[in-house]
Amino acid sequence: MCTTCGCGTDHVHIDGVSQLVSRTTAAPLSGEERFFPMPASTPAVGAMAVHAHGTPASRIVQVERDLLAANDSWARRNRDRFRALGTLCLNLVSSPGSGKTTLLVRTVTGLAARRPVGVIEGDQQTSNDADRIRATGVPAVQVNTGKGCHLEAPMIARALDGLALTAGGVLFIENVGNLVCPALFDLGEAHKVAILSVTEGEDKPLKYPDMFRAADVVLVNKIDLLPYLDFDVELCEANARRVNPSLEIMRVSAKSGDGFDEWLGWIESRARPAASPARGSEART
Amino acid sequence: MHEMSLAESVVQIVEDTARRNGGTRVSSVTLEIGALAGVEIEALRFCFDAASRGTMAAGAMLMIDRPEGAAWCMPCGETVRVTSLGEACPRCGSYQLQVTGGDELRVREIELH
Repeated sequence: MCTTCGCGTDHVHIDGVSQLVSRTTAAPLSGEERFFPMPASTPAVGAMAVHAHGTPASRIVQVERDLLAANDSWARRNRDRFRALGTLCLNLVSSPGSGKTTLLVRTVTGLAARRPVGVIEGDQQTSNDADRIRATGVPAVQVNTGKGCHLEAPMIARALDGLALTAGGVLFIENVGNLVCPALFDLGEAHKVAILSVTEGEDKPLKYPDMFRAADVVLVNKIDLLPYLDFDVELCEANARRVNPSLEIMRVSAKSGDGFDEWLGWIESRARPAASPARGSEART
Repeated sequence: MHEMSLAESVVQIVEDTARRNGGTRVSSVTLEIGALAGVEIEALRFCFDAASRGTMAAGAMLMIDRPEGAAWCMPCGETVRVTSLGEACPRCGSYQLQVTGGDELRVREIELH
């Protein structure tokens, strides 16, 4: 396990069921046991021996393979699946405590009357967040990453089996609360949406630039608290645009609902028309 | 940050390549980790040691090339060198930059026995 941040990927739990994800076992894992194989459609590795090296018994083999190739192949498959289903997938990322789950509860409540909505919740432990979503009547699948500090695309592929997605639907993935690691992992989403609350620092986009570069949208949350804080929203937004000039930024309050017309309108403008009168998709059990 | 996942990917790619090429042991692994790739090199080295234990890559020397960061500056209309994200163009001071290099995360080659 990494002692820097505690991340490690021995196994994850999807709705409480343990899934082995070890990629480091010496013995080759069978297809059933191995959670992170390359998808069948992944192009073969272009490895080839090129020249003899200093040691007679050794040779250099060119590899030229991206470290994220396996994850990205799964992400492409997830994206194809969303496209075929007509589902808009949004990956919500933020620090712990930014109000992500509260924002999500208000968002799915606002959307569920108009179109099918589903949620995949990522946390290291507990099903608290999925429980909060399910209490609104919207189906949710909880992925527990154990020591893992981010979601990866194969976990989403697995979790999707527990959600019935339909045309015009919106799937929200609430990533593990962490403004660093989830930046690198494509899950197949249409957009990463970063949430930053006004109780954090204005310079957060400069401190964690990878995430603000990976995101297309930033929601500045908890703006109802602005009268009580010294937070400079303009400065925060300028910092975010320093890292990513094309960011769309919206100011919202998940508590008061301020800014939600714009946020829900943004989602509506990107989702496909709902296939049938609005009903939450049913979770398969 | 996510260095353990990346180290596990390195080991998986290395073992996969070694097997396809009929090797039994890997004595060195060369990576390309760009300056803007968001990777803590010391953490990656630590994680590689842990992740490679008991595999064909155990004990392999890890060599890491660090390609420099580069970005396209829209006002200047040319490629400029950058050392971190959120930094201004060193020529004109603009933040209208599009990263074009330095985000590599790749296994380049291995030495196989």
